[in-house]
Amino acid sequence: MSLNVEPGTLRALPSEKPLRLLDNAGHALEGEVTGGFELPDADTLLELYRRMVVARRFDVQVTALTRQGRLATYPSALGEEACEIGAVSAIRPEDWFFPTYRDSVALLTRGIRPADILASFRGEWHNGYDQREHRTAAQATPLATQTLHAVGLAHAARLRGEPIVALTFLGDGATSEGDAHEAFNFGAVWQTPTVFVVLNNQYAISVPLERQTNAATLADKAVGYGMPGYFVDGNDVAAMYAVTKAAVERARTGGGPTLIEGFTYRIEAHTNSDDPSRYRDQREVEHWRRRDPIERLEKYLVSEGVLTESIREEIAAAAEALAAATREAMNEEAELDPLELFDHVYAAERPALREQRDALAAELAARSEGGER
Amino acid sequence: MTTAHETETKTEAAVDAAPAASAGATASAAPVTMAGALNRALHDAMADDDTVVVFGEDIGPLGGVFRVTDGLQAAFGADRAWDAPLAESGIVGTAIGMAVYGLRPVVEMQFDAFSYPAFEQIVSHVAKMRNRTKGRLSLPMVIRIPCAGAIGGVEHHSDSSESYWASTPGLTVMMPSNPADAYSMLREAIAGDDPVIFMEPKSRYWAKDELVLPVRTAPADRAVVVREGTDVTLIGYGPTVRTALEAADAAVDEGLSVEVIDLRSLSPFDDATLDASVRKTGRAAVIHEAAKFGGYGAEVAARITERNFFHLAAPVLRITGFDIPYPSPKLEEHHLPTPDRVLEALASWEWELA
Repeated sequence: MSLNVEPGTLRALPSEKPLRLLDNAGHALEGEVTGGFELPDADTLLELYRRMVVARRFDVQVTALTRQGRLATYPSALGEEACEIGAVSAIRPEDWFFPTYRDSVALLTRGIRPADILASFRGEWHNGYDQREHRTAAQATPLATQTLHAVGLAHAARLRGEPIVALTFLGDGATSEGDAHEAFNFGAVWQTPTVFVVLNNQYAISVPLERQTNAATLADKAVGYGMPGYFVDGNDVAAMYAVTKAAVERARTGGGPTLIEGFTYRIEAHTNSDDPSRYRDQREVEHWRRRDPIERLEKYLVSEGVLTESIREEIAAAAEALAAATREAMNEEAELDPLELFDHVYAAERPALREQRDALAAELAARSEGGER
Repeated sequence: MTTAHETETKTEAAVDAAPAASAGATASAAPVTMAGALNRALHDAMADDDTVVVFGEDIGPLGGVFRVTDGLQAAFGADRAWDAPLAESGIVGTAIGMAVYGLRPVVEMQFDAFSYPAFEQIVSHVAKMRNRTKGRLSLPMVIRIPCAGAIGGVEHHSDSSESYWASTPGLTVMMPSNPADAYSMLREAIAGDDPVIFMEPKSRYWAKDELVLPVRTAPADRAVVVREGTDVTLIGYGPTVRTALEAADAAVDEGLSVEVIDLRSLSPFDDATLDASVRKTGRAAVIHEAAKFGGYGAEVAARITERNFFHLAAPVLRITGFDIPYPSPKLEEHHLPTPDRVLEALASWEWELA
């Protein structure tokens, strides 16, 4: 699975058919459609399977909690697990990840606690985890802005001679933003160790892909920037992992950035406040449900004898335990200190903020005295 | 040419700089432009701290369109000072990633209105990163913005965007008016852990003071009284400090003693220095090039009034540019606040002088 780019080959467009290593029936593929990439080994595939099952259970649980009003909002990644987990599993813990608001299951894969992932959607603080500890940037809501941060961080790491790669996700809609263009261009001009993964779930809220771009694939855009582009079946976790892994290693060894498009589908609504029946046909959703990324890998692993009933039960139990822990965490009332509002605006002390903090403190004290009477 | 008020400024700077500048006491002061002082500040910051990097459009071999980055690439190499592709959001956005990774980027926006494509990165990320990450990530970065008019620039080259930045929590906004402050404040901006919008009044780039660099002036978050007076407090910043000083000079003929304050820091706001001056004089007026409506002067006037109402003998005045898009070069003289307009405004208080 060489990703070395020969001179002149950057003029070649990505293949028109998505690269895939496993077909929808879970059969290993050979030939042109694999793009020269190899199926990861059984242990890797089993681990990817485990991560997807746990992530799916988490996503379903959080969507249910959102419907119960425990969270203010939650953008589901149901159906996109292969795309997210395949790609994010291809980087090392010391690499950096720059996610968007829909990438909570990828954060889970990065080892971040559910309660910390959900702090923002619960309305507690804009981001709830330690970005440095997990080498994972705060989830970005403004579209494509985080892709520039990934380019900058990767450039800084390279300037300091450290073999760090920055992986960033963006959606199909985000590719229309100016910042996506600027990030692709800066990354390619500076040859930064950055991997851009477009999670093409075919809808930007309600706007379908054909109203987003006139390009044959979003991966085609890579050619114009002078970097390799790969059009990948985003419901094939093996392919997403293999292609991203190769791009990450190429970036790490000075080969510059890569643009990968994972072609997938958002099964759930954009968020809980969205009504997808107004803009897409239920038959389309059913079509994509039959292309489920977890079932596909499961069929393969079972046919290979890798996934036994006992392993499956063990994974299901782990997923249930995580879901239970998530429910429990969301039942607990977080302790919030209103005075902390002022602590994280500036590093340097500001007299005006101190005055406002003191005013709020007095207000809170008066309120609690009133409550005691 | 050194004017009277530039000498004032120099004196102020020399007083504040006494300890830091003492090493250079034997060196004789030489004329230094503001552009030169900024260039030296960048050079010294890069020499002292190898995490400081400088990038932007045309800042490499060209040395910046105003030559503020002149010679930096030659001195420190293309890994420390380099030309970015022509895209301001990209420049600011990548600087964010670099700051997260431990560098101290100093980026240039080339001209004030060229910063607008970077508005989202500055407002949504630069200003908020520390807050949204609960203090876990701070962005020690400086965004240099050559600002304001009076240089004969065509459309989009003479805007005053300070209100946008100053009303954004999380940003620190500085604007020096003279070479000594330009050096000292830029060094402080680069060394600090908060992101700074560093606005450089283009019309002052070539103003010279007799200086020995390096120099340390008053802390960057302080306003400075650049001329003492007893009848009225005139508040300027950046390009209008000179206007205020010229008006103050002219007011002497009318029997008015005008105190002039150089705000220097637009955010944070130095209430204490303003309060002390206004309580002494009882009257205040603020001068800026930007439009009056919703402009920075409204904040200055409101703060002074809220805190000093019973010490004021008259409403706080604003002498500003008109509420129009910045005009073409041949008409800009009509738009910009002049010393005469300042004097007229002061006269509107209908003084009763002894």
